[in-house]
Amino acid sequence: MSLYYVEKLIYQLNRDPSVRQRFLDDRDSVLADYDLSEEELVAIRSPDVGLLYVLGVNGQLLMHYAALCKYEWNDYIQAMKDGLEQHGPVRAGLYARTGGGAV
Amino acid sequence: MTLVFAGACSHAPGITGRADRADKQVRDEFYANFDRLAAAIREAGAEALVVIAAEHFANFFRNNMPSCAIGMAEYYTGPIEDEEWLGIKKTRVPGNVDLSKRLIQRVMQDVDISFAEEMQFDHGVSVPLHFLTPEYDLDVVPIIFNCQAPPLMPLHRVYAFGQALRKAIDAVPEKIAVVCTGGISHWPATPDSGKINEDFDREFLEHFVSNDREALTSYSDSEIYDRAGQGGFEIRTYVALAGLCEGAQGELWFYAPIPIFAVGCTIASMGVEPVASSAPAGGS
Repeated sequence: MSLYYVEKLIYQLNRDPSVRQRFLDDRDSVLADYDLSEEELVAIRSPDVGLLYVLGVNGQLLMHYAALCKYEWNDYIQAMKDGLEQHGPVRAGLYARTGGGAV
Repeated sequence: MTLVFAGACSHAPGITGRADRADKQVRDEFYANFDRLAAAIREAGAEALVVIAAEHFANFFRNNMPSCAIGMAEYYTGPIEDEEWLGIKKTRVPGNVDLSKRLIQRVMQDVDISFAEEMQFDHGVSVPLHFLTPEYDLDVVPIIFNCQAPPLMPLHRVYAFGQALRKAIDAVPEKIAVVCTGGISHWPATPDSGKINEDFDREFLEHFVSNDREALTSYSDSEIYDRAGQGGFEIRTYVALAGLCEGAQGELWFYAPIPIFAVGCTIASMGVEPVASSAPAGGS
């Protein structure tokens, strides 16, 4: 139910350098502002791009966040595949795997 | 008539961010058509560039998501993405508050929109500008459609927006070029990245260049999702441009699926005047 807040946090981290800095300086105080489950907290703290993908985080948000976390492109794609292996199908949103990827 | 040029292009982040991983010959032909588009804008004497683009959560979230927002800022910043990842340096792009305001006021006579006095660009605008105005020396008016968070503006309303924008542009003295930028079928930001439905793309582009209003606005979001993926929702940008140039016809300059760019890469122009033999489609 709190996927909305996972995505809102990532949205703000992606676009607002001051939120990013606060997150780097005192991560837990930033996280306290959002209504997040234990699983979501684990996914964000790691960060676990594969789990965030399976939770249903919007792909554009997650792609930019993975770049912010310095994921190399192939590693980012692989992280989503690994997430599916470890956690099962995407649980929400528009970015579920449909098959047929070429890269 | 102050609309002096209309065109379309892709904007996928891989176009700049993963440039070295594409087939060089195809990539360079694509880039050459970006250069041709840039030259056409200059040769038309454009004094400002309107960019009809897709929001990727650079500006708006679902606590307050406009279906369509027009920028009304002195300048815009971006890209928001990691510079190295996107291959584009962060910069300021000049806006034009007065021009934006006049366009917005006129558009509002016909359709409901939002405006933003502060806006950041993501790859959706930054990649096209990287090629079209690399010196960032042309005033830009960004128009951002929500293509990410349903419910989305229905396509017939998007077309009507384009018609309203045309009235607005033709009411100002400045010479205006308009470029729409979106993907057609693509499944970006998933493990299926690189998947492209070329049949859908070519069908849609045929409707686009013939400015077939009925066909362009008949797609449902469920059909788009099934055939063109969530990335296909960005056809809104093309439909808006078709409405802008109702009755005119376009020309496809370049189309090729480039999987590492995650999209069927497209460059096209659209006539700014109705063709003599073509009555406005849709009967109105």
